[in-house]
Amino acid sequence: MITTQIIPGAERELKNHTSFRMTISNSLTMAFRSLLKVRRTPEQLFDVTLQPIIFTLMFTYIFGGAVAGNVHNYLPIVIPGILVQTVITASMVTGVQLREDMDKGVFNRFRVLPIARIAPLAGALLADTIRYGIAAALTFVMGYILGYRPGAGLGGVLAGGLLVILFAWCISWIFAYFGIIARTASSVQGISMIILFPLTFLSNAFVPTNTLPRWLKSFVNVNPVSHLVSAIRELTNQGTIGHDFWLSLIGAVVVVAIFAPLTVRAYMRKA
Amino acid sequence: MIQQSEIQVEKLIKPIKKAEGVPAIEARGLVKIFGDNRAVDGIDLTIPTGCIYGVLGPNGAGKTTVINILATLLKADAGTAKIFGHDLQREAQIVRQLIGVTGQSATVDEKLSATENLVIFGRLLGLSGSEAREKAAELLEEFGLTEAAKLTLDKFSGGMRRRLDLAASLIAQPPLIFLDEPTTGLDPRTRNQMWNMIRRLVSSGSTILLTTQYLDEADQLADRIVVIDHGRVIAEGTPHDLKTAIGVAALHLRLADNKDIEEAILIIQTVLQVKASIPEPALITAPMADPERITDLLHNLREANIRLAGVSVQEPTLDEVFLAVTGVTKQAEKGDTTQ
Repeated sequence: MITTQIIPGAERELKNHTSFRMTISNSLTMAFRSLLKVRRTPEQLFDVTLQPIIFTLMFTYIFGGAVAGNVHNYLPIVIPGILVQTVITASMVTGVQLREDMDKGVFNRFRVLPIARIAPLAGALLADTIRYGIAAALTFVMGYILGYRPGAGLGGVLAGGLLVILFAWCISWIFAYFGIIARTASSVQGISMIILFPLTFLSNAFVPTNTLPRWLKSFVNVNPVSHLVSAIRELTNQGTIGHDFWLSLIGAVVVVAIFAPLTVRAYMRKA
Repeated sequence: MIQQSEIQVEKLIKPIKKAEGVPAIEARGLVKIFGDNRAVDGIDLTIPTGCIYGVLGPNGAGKTTVINILATLLKADAGTAKIFGHDLQREAQIVRQLIGVTGQSATVDEKLSATENLVIFGRLLGLSGSEAREKAAELLEEFGLTEAAKLTLDKFSGGMRRRLDLAASLIAQPPLIFLDEPTTGLDPRTRNQMWNMIRRLVSSGSTILLTTQYLDEADQLADRIVVIDHGRVIAEGTPHDLKTAIGVAALHLRLADNKDIEEAILIIQTVLQVKASIPEPALITAPMADPERITDLLHNLREANIRLAGVSVQEPTLDEVFLAVTGVTKQAEKGDTTQ
């Protein structure tokens, strides 16, 4: 191949922008790369396999009796809660893994290739929806084993799962942003934990909000996680779409609208 | 992208005239500052199409930073640069279609196999799945890596990695290739293989910008060399120009017996027609302008019954280049800054 003459640089006709079709194709290739890496290092999936199993068991049996009288009555409340918490935690790991990945020289090669600038990020985040899917599926399966029979049946469960995956993908742009601006992977973990803990625990995910002090209740009520949890409870238990559904969807879109451009810009500037 | 440019070959016959004068790289006053370190401090470069251009300098001279700027990885704080006439800032995406980068600046994926790496880069460059696999197989064959195609990179030796690295930069057949210290840390045999690979690339019409710490390597490969230190150009020219500036290799003769030294000096100065010096007892050094005369010299020494304990030839070192072009040795310079 080397022996064939190459076309001189000054004589090529080239375009300075990447087409939309190319952007999609580049992102899918990057997603494919991430999946190949997961196949090589399956331990990357520990957080989305072990956490749903352990947390579902733990929370159900610790809080079940105290919050809802018994485990069976608690399951419809807690399964959507754990689902949201697990999947959002998994979206935080996206940021950490992105940071680790970016520290490798191969990301520099992506940056010198004539590909869509957003592709390495979009691809990585897209591939991670598979992780969220695994986490969501395992949470529902654990719930089922413990006796959870969602009122809206399989359709409701699927709808709830899709909503939480979509939400997590949107949120993962925030953690991707931290992943890019932070110096090390462990600092990404640190920053993200500080955000994640209050956000998931100061919500209606595990307990009813009526016993909370008023100041806390007002936070819990505006917390997007609460809206998401309510939306999923409605979807899986009643099979209905309420205003919580639309609020979480709008919130997720707003997050992407803000953080996707921020993240791509930070990514481009970072050496 | 590749298919596009191949299709364009026929209609490209016309604009050739216009393109002739365009240099592969034209950089003016590049500056990059990290904190208070002026890593690149006003570098001008003009690199004609179709040559191997060597950037020579010690560690930390700013070589990699220059490559990172020219490869669109870093934004220069000042200055402009054009790649085949395309502005680095305004037409970055065009520039990226014209370059390949190998070495410290851009590498391959550790956790993937050689084939997977090349296929992914091929797909990103717009090849279809089967085209990308074909291209990957072709390049692996070309670089003697077919046997290792399925291995992940952590099982690769240093030399294999460099070759895969280079292969990855060649998927799109870029007309300009940056090689950032392509042979640092390689054993002599692998280094020679790499050198041959680089020579073949240029014979296919590529322009190569190569950074190196070794004068020897720049001498072997480059048509022109620029010497940089502390982010500045301190010399530029053909390897021959530079060697003339440095002076020639030095002949070191160690005598078996110090009492012969007077006579030996006399013979050396008569045969070589140069001035010899005695840096330490029983050691004579003299510039070796004409290697042909060494035979005569050794012959005459034997005739005079002067026995030798050792003969060696010292090639000029990078330090001597700096001494020659700046008049300051690295050591003396360090002394200055500590005062």
